[in-house]
Amino acid sequence: MKVLVTVKEVATVEDDFEISGTEIEETYLDYDLNEWDDYAVEEGVQLAEAGDDVEVVAVTIGPERSEETIRMALAKGADRAVRVWDDAIDDVELLDVETKAELLAAVVEDEDPDVVLSGVQANDDSFGATGVALAETLGFEWAAVVNALDTEKVLDEGVASVRRELEGGVEELTDVELPAVLAIQTGINEPRYASLRGIRQAQSKEIDVQSLDDLALGADDVASDLDVTAMYEPETESDAQYLEGDAGEQASALAEVLREKGVVGE
Amino acid sequence: MSDVLVVADHRRGDLRDVSFELLTAGRELADAADGDLHAAVVSGNVEEFAEELNREGVDQVHTVDYGEEFNHDVYTQAVVALAEELDPEFVVTPNSVNGLDYAPAVATRLGRPYVSDATGLDYADGTLEVTREMYGSKVETTVDVAEGPFVVTTRGGEWPPVEGSGDAEISAFDVDVDEDAVRSTVKGFEEVGGGDVDIGEADFLVSIGRGIEEEENLALVEELVDATGATLSSSRPIVDNGWLPKNRQVGQSGKQVTPDVYLAIGISGAVQHVAGMKGADTIIAVNNDPNAPIFDIADYGVVGDLFDVVPALIEEFGGEPPSV
Repeated sequence: MKVLVTVKEVATVEDDFEISGTEIEETYLDYDLNEWDDYAVEEGVQLAEAGDDVEVVAVTIGPERSEETIRMALAKGADRAVRVWDDAIDDVELLDVETKAELLAAVVEDEDPDVVLSGVQANDDSFGATGVALAETLGFEWAAVVNALDTEKVLDEGVASVRRELEGGVEELTDVELPAVLAIQTGINEPRYASLRGIRQAQSKEIDVQSLDDLALGADDVASDLDVTAMYEPETESDAQYLEGDAGEQASALAEVLREKGVVGE
Repeated sequence: MSDVLVVADHRRGDLRDVSFELLTAGRELADAADGDLHAAVVSGNVEEFAEELNREGVDQVHTVDYGEEFNHDVYTQAVVALAEELDPEFVVTPNSVNGLDYAPAVATRLGRPYVSDATGLDYADGTLEVTREMYGSKVETTVDVAEGPFVVTTRGGEWPPVEGSGDAEISAFDVDVDEDAVRSTVKGFEEVGGGDVDIGEADFLVSIGRGIEEEENLALVEELVDATGATLSSSRPIVDNGWLPKNRQVGQSGKQVTPDVYLAIGISGAVQHVAGMKGADTIIAVNNDPNAPIFDIADYGVVGDLFDVVPALIEEFGGEPPSV
């Protein structure tokens, strides 16, 4: 069985930052593995550990810098990694969902996995759509917002028996046929830390870089329908009354508020 | 004329509130595009749902009577068929868990641009401008989507629900569902994390978030809870980490709470969390980041390090802070 995990390097923003045009200035950005994808990687590695002969392949769309992120997936147990990049992709300011799905679909068609795991959303652009769009592009089944997966059924019966986390503390129990794309919610497992040995081994693993040409795609395929026209810090609507002073003074004022509200006795 | 098709959300016999918010967003778009507002409801008791969706500003309600509950394969087929029949400029669904599970497939199948989680929509001269948040709500962006028709999902709580009743035409829409293409089966539902404590009933919630950093540090907040007689709740990451059980989670995927006082400690205030606690009478936030979104909805703000403020607060109520 083959499991393909899509991972994304996301930019995280420092508390104080400045915007230049329609971008946050580079000096205020750090890069990390998308939180949701970390859970997807763990789920893939757990499938490999539970089954015989399960290969886990991590795939990302990203510039050379993102190799650091995909090596995290390798360090945690993915067997191989594929990175898709091209100057034509670099030129696009905000990749739309269709483009991401097209690029990943080309890799999936090459790899022919039984299961694709992706994070429900990415913390930077928060589209929350790549997994389902990818499934539809491929003609795969899918499930979004998966917070439990029956590993044995996947391995033994070829069915993804999942729980989908609905709003308000309700879970939906659903079976989907394989091949399928499962969009993984945080909390489905406990992502492992990469071991030192794993990190060392990951450094020596080759990352297969695929260009548009390699994937039999052209620059037209990555033309985005989206154009970011403005970026700004949301106006604060705060009318909070701030409790000032040192920690002791703040605590004292806070205690007074709680007593006034009648929720704590004298 | 450019019409709008909105698709309602329902679960276990009830339309969800976002469905009525969607009618407002849909009507605004229809006005901007000089078109009609069509609402669709798929599966369940569609006739009863259609009557409820017949609210002010709705021109037509379409019912697809197939199955009881949400199934994304059926929804995708039904909404695609409706869009092909009505040819609307916009297909709009809630950015709900179910919206996430079929709207991208609809956009892909129709070959339309897709933009999710809109907090604002403007349409003029054939261009749709969508307001969205990025980087965990730290920035807002406007994104122009050229060349419709479009598929858009809207964030819950951003548009007021339509209240007044309407005079829409209600009609059944027959979809010849391809059973072979229905390859997912919903087996049932389960309430999770019942537990012995119902945070939905508490008058005073002390709620903890990512700012607590380590599981060991929970002892600090537990001491505050003991000293004040509060009930302990949390944001999602604490439950994801397995530090507290699911029945303590406040938010979109957890519990909706309405206490007299909600004391949010080390919680940044992500939109999914706020959805669960904005109904509190008084919201107090303790956070060391003065720009944390939680302060936007707080009545009282304490900008400070929780590891200094919470021990001092415990002492205020005669408790003894543990060393963490």
